[in-house]
Amino acid sequence: MSLASSVLEGKRLALARLLSQIENNHPDGQAALGDLFPHTGRAQLIGVTGAPGTGKSSLVNRLAFYYRNPPEGEPQRKVAIIAVDPSSPFTGGAILGDRVRMRDLSGDPGIFIRSMAARGSLGGLAPTTASMVQVFDAAGFDIIMIETVGAGQAEVDIARLAHTTLVVEAPGMGDDIQAIKAGILEIADILVVNKADHPGVENTERALRSMLELAHPAPRIFKHHGHFERVESPQANPDRDEAWLPPIVRTIAIKGDGVPELVSAINDHQHHLVESGERENRDRARLQAELDILIQDNLVYRWRKSVSDAQYREILESLIARKISPHQAARDLMNGGHGT
Amino acid sequence: MSERKVRVLVAKPGLDGHDRGAKVVARALRDAGMEVIYTGLRQTPEMVVEAALQEDVDVIGLSILSGAHMALVPRVIELLQANDLTHVKVFVGGIIPDEDVPRLKEIGVVGVYGPGTLTEEIIQDVRLVVNGSSGA
Repeated sequence: MSLASSVLEGKRLALARLLSQIENNHPDGQAALGDLFPHTGRAQLIGVTGAPGTGKSSLVNRLAFYYRNPPEGEPQRKVAIIAVDPSSPFTGGAILGDRVRMRDLSGDPGIFIRSMAARGSLGGLAPTTASMVQVFDAAGFDIIMIETVGAGQAEVDIARLAHTTLVVEAPGMGDDIQAIKAGILEIADILVVNKADHPGVENTERALRSMLELAHPAPRIFKHHGHFERVESPQANPDRDEAWLPPIVRTIAIKGDGVPELVSAINDHQHHLVESGERENRDRARLQAELDILIQDNLVYRWRKSVSDAQYREILESLIARKISPHQAARDLMNGGHGT
Repeated sequence: MSERKVRVLVAKPGLDGHDRGAKVVARALRDAGMEVIYTGLRQTPEMVVEAALQEDVDVIGLSILSGAHMALVPRVIELLQANDLTHVKVFVGGIIPDEDVPRLKEIGVVGVYGPGTLTEEIIQDVRLVVNGSSGA
């Protein structure tokens, strides 16, 4: 039986194996993904990002626990978690430690946690995170939570991947000026102030609120690999409801406080996405971005094979000797290693 | 374009609350270019094997200082077999009396490391069982 059909049947070992093949860019994994892709598009994708130490993993733990053990009247859902941690830029090694905070979820067959190293990617996710999401989606997980590396200001890839992006803040981690910088706060669909029992929570919330009042509503434009992708704000269409204003939700993840409120904010956002047509927009933008990245990777790969190491080194040496400029060197290399 | 990284689960089954050694080993394996999944203290054998399955690791390193290794390690190996994970190699570190080492190896443990072991030795052994060579 093929790996893809075992995954569709819910075999966990096959799922784990396929995730590795995808992560390693193995041709078999890519072939299996081709078989699985028609089964994707059903899962709800929730991104969780924020600075290191704000409590992202603990929050993911609690959210997943809620979805597995919902109150009366709410459906129980299968949850997959992808937790990304940084790779060392020097050795390529990584310590993936997010499971430490997710021990409440062990022993539950409706949960699957997978840790990923970022493997050189700078946007807060790994190069193959989007493909892994597709595998979980096809395998029948209702909710897929993606936890980014502890992100600072510019790691905004998650907004393109997830339907709903939670940006997690904690008291005492930055002053007002941090809140008005561009970047991570702008991608929030929901702002979470975690560790709400810590001093300074009012200040954090006030800074976020004033930032929101200035910033919204605005069209969402992603600068991506050098070109802009515009996702219209819901207001651009007068027939639709007003724009989404990111709510601010206070939580204390280690105790579970605020989690039901957070789930209800996520549900509201889901409704908003569907009603405004934004979910379709985001799905389109995501798949287009993925296509563009794959084309770029393939072009680079193909180009690299067309130039010999000797040619590459020769031009590199001319560059280092300052005989030619970086632009000239790139032109020469793109030209098959010959001077123009 | 295919690239493979060695994935290692470093786990502390049982009740002892001291994980300095486990963290040093995790860090050394990271510096050797491996991806190390660290799961924290007080894991049951069930939790260890579940994590090994989900993370599709090549190797499990168990750190045990409590003296319960002759109960915990056989249980981990039994669960690996029950889950079709016999390809996952098991290493044990910690306080293991000499007379227990052959018994652990008999049930399939690849290496046993006590205090004073050089991390370089562990790295080489891991590479050897995963790649069949001790090179990078």
